Amino acid sequence: MTAARRATDTFIIVLVMLAVWQALHQIAGETALPAPLPTLSYLMHNIATRRFAENAATTAGEFAYALILAYAIGLAVGVWMGAHRLSGAVGEPILVALYSLPKIVLYPVVLLVFGLGISGKVTFGAMHGILPVALLTMGAIRAIPPVYLRAARTLQLSPGATIVNVLLPAALPEVFTGLRIGFSVTLLGVLLGEMFASKQGLGSMIMTDMQLLQGEDMMTVTIALFAFAAVANAVLLWIEHRLHRRV
Amino acid sequence: MTRVGVIRLVVVAALIGALELACRLGLISHNTIIPPSEMARTLWTLLASGTINGDIERTLGMIALVIALSVVFGFAVGLAIHALPRVREALDPFFATYYAVPIFIFYPVLIAIFGLSIMPIVLIGVATAIVAMIIATLNGLDRIPRVLTKVARVHRLSRIGTAVTLQLPAAAPYLFTGVKLSVSYAFIAVVAAEFILSPAGLGRDIADAYADFNNRRMYALILFLLIIATIVNSALHALDMRWAARRTGGRQ
Amino acid sequence: MTGTSVQREVHARLEAVTRVYPGAADQPPVSALGPIDLDLRKGEFFAVVGPSGCGKSTFLEVLAGLQEPTAGTVTFEGKPIRGQVAEGIGVVFQEDASFPWLTVWDNAAFGLRRNGVAADEVRRRVDDALAFMGLKDFARAYPSQLSGGMRQRVCIARTLVLQPRLILLDEPFGALDAQTRLLMGDEVLRLWRRTDATVLLITHALDEAAMLADRIGAMSARPGRFIEIIETGWPRERDSTIVGDAAFGEITGRLWERLRGESMKALGHAGMTAVAAG
Repeated sequence: MTAARRATDTFIIVLVMLAVWQALHQIAGETALPAPLPTLSYLMHNIATRRFAENAATTAGEFAYALILAYAIGLAVGVWMGAHRLSGAVGEPILVALYSLPKIVLYPVVLLVFGLGISGKVTFGAMHGILPVALLTMGAIRAIPPVYLRAARTLQLSPGATIVNVLLPAALPEVFTGLRIGFSVTLLGVLLGEMFASKQGLGSMIMTDMQLLQGEDMMTVTIALFAFAAVANAVLLWIEHRLHRRV
Repeated sequence: MTRVGVIRLVVVAALIGALELACRLGLISHNTIIPPSEMARTLWTLLASGTINGDIERTLGMIALVIALSVVFGFAVGLAIHALPRVREALDPFFATYYAVPIFIFYPVLIAIFGLSIMPIVLIGVATAIVAMIIATLNGLDRIPRVLTKVARVHRLSRIGTAVTLQLPAAAPYLFTGVKLSVSYAFIAVVAAEFILSPAGLGRDIADAYADFNNRRMYALILFLLIIATIVNSALHALDMRWAARRTGGRQ
Repeated sequence: MTGTSVQREVHARLEAVTRVYPGAADQPPVSALGPIDLDLRKGEFFAVVGPSGCGKSTFLEVLAGLQEPTAGTVTFEGKPIRGQVAEGIGVVFQEDASFPWLTVWDNAAFGLRRNGVAADEVRRRVDDALAFMGLKDFARAYPSQLSGGMRQRVCIARTLVLQPRLILLDEPFGALDAQTRLLMGDEVLRLWRRTDATVLLITHALDEAAMLADRIGAMSARPGRFIEIIETGWPRERDSTIVGDAAFGEITGRLWERLRGESMKALGHAGMTAVAAG
């Protein structure tokens, strides 16, 4: 199956999706679900508006902070639990349980502790991202073949040099997978937080649009977010494949 | 219980105990977090009075509905796609990206289309959970040794016959992982939907309690959902781990 | 049988060495090795043969300094070894220890670079070692693109460039087929002659030990002790064709005579472990 054929097939699927969208539009009506073509043209227009830019900037800021927190804490926890057997054994099921919990139920607690400002959404977003980063980093460290460490000793490496030149490169591919997944779930967490009790950000913008029956606006923001997430994921996945190919 | 299990229990108990102490000593204000013992007591009262039974039924009922739809249709769709390799290859980029995209932000769009009913909640729940089931089904069917498919043809089994008597049992351990994921996604999506915007349900209840500054009720309900979700997810996870040996062919 | 050209000088010595592993949870400690008394002579090729689980790998790791003996002393070139791998000792492990994120060339250069050797010296030694190990054409490849045997050669090259005086090989050919193992045996002999190092090879294959070594230590079932040390008397310039020599059959026969009972004992251990775990 050539790459060209595969690309054509995928393109056909996209066309099918657009056709389904068009059909749903006929059924649901203009205000509920706008048609695909007008929406896509409106998208170009909408992105440039001040309202979109301001809300996007808010979301971007919250997302950036949340991501940094998630990565930093997640990596630290993951390394510790990966290197320290007992902590890993004790903590892993706890992290796994937290990962599958509907964290939205904890959002009110976050709001009560951090207030209605940015910190609440940043914390909530980070709460989502920490878990996959920690779990996959832990897995990556555990998966390092012990023979690498023995080999490092026979090659006269200091402990510091071993960490930098052996442990880090050996763990990197799987750690990166955690970072990639953490990226997506942190974004979702931030948006979720904005959809509730928030006046700014793309999440709250969608909710406002819904109440004001601004169908087109709603769809364009949704599509813009989907596109951003998809492209970011594709890029991270590409990097991940480059890392994995050598292993 | 293993030594590790005991340590874990102690750690969790210590954390809860620390929270209780901090609240009781006034280090954490009652307006922010109430002591865990208060949460439990309020929950007990609520459950005993039966006033939240309706919401419990509604929320758990919807979650169950979402799970049922996602698992059944997810398996069916997975089965169909597996039989059409070209379609599968074309869909591959979408499956790879699906969970990287914040699907949930489609919820307001669904409300705009269907109004404030159970439809948008069920739809967003299924949309979130079904793809995990489809991917797990594809994975499981991939792992069926080719020779079994030939056996089915020797016995001249029909499509459905093959699916039920052969593919389903052979892929079962992988399918179970799909079920486990679907359950957890169903919980997450339904509760989030109820919380953000919904006419009724436990999520809505929590949001209302938050808006009314009714911390006791809010925390009781949060505790309830946390307990239910943890029990269900942990049970499924434990079973999933048991079946892990069958997934790796018992070569552990 | 011509006389051996092995010098009498002691290169490494183990005296009354034992290794006991502390037991898990509520199990008694496991005596894995010893007591071992052995003098390794400078420049000799010494093989250790024994049933699985007898402690051969533990022996190697204690000698290398990767593990500390529970009792007894280990000395290398007159200095005691204590919990650290001494400079001048090279180890090739049973498992594939090649670093998958580095090319073959970078793998070989790894130890030299980390120890601050000058760049042109690094290049000289690495090119040399890769050529010697037949890896010159694969210098830019990654280990994941190579077969198991090739990857082991990368590990050997990585050890070679450090110019070790004592080379320890822990069942390096375990995963390879019989013919390849014989050929790799030839390679190890070439390596030995070229580096003039003392070589200690761990193997479970009697024929491999009989073919390669000047002296063979037959190790008992756990806890491993040397029940006999056999001198083969082979000439230094030997290769795998000595499997045709009459003496080869005698040596192999003698080894099996000593080890047969130990192997059965080891199987018994293994059976009981399986029952206990199952």
